[in-house]
Amino acid sequence: MADIRNYTLNFGPQHPAAHGVLRLVLEMDGEVVQRADPHIGLLHRATEKLAETRTWVQSVPYMDRLDYVSTMCNEHAYCLGVEKLLQLEVPERGKYIRTMFDEVTRILNHLLWIGCHALDVGAMTMALYTFREREDLMDAYEAVCGARLHAAYYRPGGVYRDLPDRMPQYRESTWTSAKKAKELNDNRSGSLLDFLEDFTDRFPKYHAEYHTLLTDNRIWKQRLVHVGIVSPERAMQLGFTGAMLRGSGIAWDLRKKQPYAAYDKVDFDVPVGVNGDSYDRYLVRMEEMLQSNRIIKQCIAWLRANPGPVITDNHKVAPPNREAMKSNMEELIHHFKLFTEGIHVPPGEAYAAIEHPKGEFGIYFVSDGANKPYRMKIRAPGFAHLAAMDEMAKGHMLADVVTIIGSQDVVFGEIDR
Amino acid sequence: MSAKLETLSQKLQDRFGDKLLSTKLALGELTVEVAANDYFAFMQTLRDDADLSFEELIDLCGVDYSTWGDGAWTGKRFATTVHLLSIAHNVRLRVRVFADNDDFPAVDSVTSLWTSANWFERESFDLYGIAYVGHEDLRRILTDYGFIGHPFRKDFPISGHVEMRYDPDQGRVIYQPVTIEPRENTPRIVREDTYGDPAHG
Repeated sequence: MADIRNYTLNFGPQHPAAHGVLRLVLEMDGEVVQRADPHIGLLHRATEKLAETRTWVQSVPYMDRLDYVSTMCNEHAYCLGVEKLLQLEVPERGKYIRTMFDEVTRILNHLLWIGCHALDVGAMTMALYTFREREDLMDAYEAVCGARLHAAYYRPGGVYRDLPDRMPQYRESTWTSAKKAKELNDNRSGSLLDFLEDFTDRFPKYHAEYHTLLTDNRIWKQRLVHVGIVSPERAMQLGFTGAMLRGSGIAWDLRKKQPYAAYDKVDFDVPVGVNGDSYDRYLVRMEEMLQSNRIIKQCIAWLRANPGPVITDNHKVAPPNREAMKSNMEELIHHFKLFTEGIHVPPGEAYAAIEHPKGEFGIYFVSDGANKPYRMKIRAPGFAHLAAMDEMAKGHMLADVVTIIGSQDVVFGEIDR
Repeated sequence: MSAKLETLSQKLQDRFGDKLLSTKLALGELTVEVAANDYFAFMQTLRDDADLSFEELIDLCGVDYSTWGDGAWTGKRFATTVHLLSIAHNVRLRVRVFADNDDFPAVDSVTSLWTSANWFERESFDLYGIAYVGHEDLRRILTDYGFIGHPFRKDFPISGHVEMRYDPDQGRVIYQPVTIEPRENTPRIVREDTYGDPAHG
């Protein structure tokens, strides 16, 4: 009789399918997973502790470094938390800009997710297609805030500045011929809104390409269907939110149920899964991209028609403009106090949550009235999802673990914080 | 939203009476505080009662109140704050429980009620040293293997105690006392209530 032994397998922290620095200790019985024990914290930077030593505004860029593929959504939750404590109203245009960029971020996130997920499962080409579209959206990021990834665009009270009237242009160089540059600049001749509108017109076609490549693909279905099934009851027990919860058939979306920004003024549908397996979660996220596209279109139309301020005129929170600062003593004092001491937030506590591309991303603040938070807790959706790894992977084959990690859409910046 | 919270607040008052140490409705959020002894039973009712049905534990975290308001704090030091969500009723609730002993803080574990509490309690234990009684697998989660101390406590310095580097002589990675000088660019200030108020002069 053959000698049968159980193995303990180390998956990661350097495995390409581990999506970052996940160390997964798998107890295997042959090819079948008996127990999965994720070891996290390899990217722990103590963001929450750092925030206690920074003023309220200084922590905004730290938010970008949490979930680094959906940076603006992280900032949004942070700013909502501060605004809740200050009981501050954001100008309407600021809300719409936030809504639009939240959805741009959602598409960015889902594009990266589907590209990498497909790559892990064996569909190499997907990543090439999705990164093509990400390029356009990152250009929109760059135009609005100057950075392609770590935006730092949202501020407590609104957004840093209004949308730009013109897009950066390609120039003729050793690598780009004059003809090529002209071609590339074709949809960049107008404002940022024109550029984004052009994208939203093109996007459904791209989206159809992804469906052609994956949805009915035999291999894709063999790898995803009935892998990592979570029942609705278990999904709630496990603290699932976002697409993970909707994949299990619960129609829960904070944008609908507890609206923030301008989500109560735009039309969109919430896709819901049936079986709660990886394939359903895939379909839910795919449909979410189209819905985001729809929301962006509505925001563009509104933003075109309604100019106005984008950040609050309360100068105890947002700095006055430079011209006013140079001619007005009051504004100068505000400016000086804001940049040397920062915002003072009244004592209290607040929890602000948003529908992040990955689930419910929440920020819990405890303030004692200082110019820095007393305690900040980041509720990262991926943390709860990854905690369910053991339950989801148990009884599956080793190769399915890769599918499950992919379908959880984990990013270690937010899990380890 | 706030009408809903008022009903919930009233419901909890009727149901638990003086078991609730405090009930506070502020900024559109309801916060209740219970004693460590009543905590588990209270949470169980919150989950199981059809009227309340908080199916999801969204978040659980530790808080160290020792330096709150620059010494204005007189109560117990460690608290566990739980954020619950009822999907059926679309309402949120914050529950706070203070650990009785400041030197060895311990609170009942709610992992048997909500599976999602597992990692959140491990995190709170790791960062604040709050022990969760009844947790089956209370290991450190975010800090390094072999880490000493609880880094989010207010008496733990922001730059830590030890740093790690590769020692070419010994040919291995070693720990040594930190060499970073702590610095504070913007000092932490708690202003009096009337600060900046034009009427105050």
